[in-house]
Amino acid sequence: MTEMNMRTPLKRVRALGSAKEGANHFWHQRVTAVANIFLVLGVVWLLVSLVGADYPTVKATLAHPVNALVLGLLAVSGAVHMRLGMQVIIEDYVHGELSKIVLLMLNTFFAIVIGAACLFAVAKLSFGA
Amino acid sequence: MAEAKSLRGARAERPLSPHLQVYAMPINMLMSIVHRITGAALYFGSLLLAWWLVAAAAGPDYFNWVNAIYGSLPGRLVLFGYTWALMHHMMGGIRHFIWDTGRGYDLKTIDGLAWGTLLASIILTALVWLAVWVVG
Repeated sequence: MTEMNMRTPLKRVRALGSAKEGANHFWHQRVTAVANIFLVLGVVWLLVSLVGADYPTVKATLAHPVNALVLGLLAVSGAVHMRLGMQVIIEDYVHGELSKIVLLMLNTFFAIVIGAACLFAVAKLSFGA
Repeated sequence: MAEAKSLRGARAERPLSPHLQVYAMPINMLMSIVHRITGAALYFGSLLLAWWLVAAAAGPDYFNWVNAIYGSLPGRLVLFGYTWALMHHMMGGIRHFIWDTGRGYDLKTIDGLAWGTLLASIILTALVWLAVWVVG
């Protein structure tokens, strides 16, 4: 039962497959997916509790450390997850080399802008005047 | 030759497979497609959460304006759809976690998981909006 594979482990691991990133896409997608289940349920609960609330209540509630933390974590985990998901959609349907690269870049920008906007808003509600 | 030609003509009477008008999509296939569509919808729907949070950070006047849009009938319809997309995508994700463990690949379980995804997404959406109705 001799292994006829002449490649060394280093050779196999160095390039990390044709996508050059090994299983990272899959793994990050799953890690953020698990996190999102809990974070989404928490944020949905939070938002439902704020239905019909006036501005001072909303502001005070969003500034509460636990709520701000859950929102901030969802902003990061959600942005990473949706960037990975949209990346797959783009790679599946867009085959022009230039349009694909442009869309992948826009995808990254969009995810970062959404994540940063949520984080900044939560930070301002927590620390701002 | 002539015989083969007429045979071919007779065959053309029958539906081609997969014939688009009589093709019944397996529920698993439909839920897979919906998983991707809801994912894309949630991607753009994330703007709703970001806008609302930024509005809250911007101050009472701007927040009340945005909140009134979300509270309007069209706003509520969009949020209702957003809720369903979120719950469906979440249930579809859990279905994938089950498959990730190597379980649930027989046809009966696959169909059950697909219907379960749809059913659970509808129940969860109803529960969330029941809560909205009670709170609001």
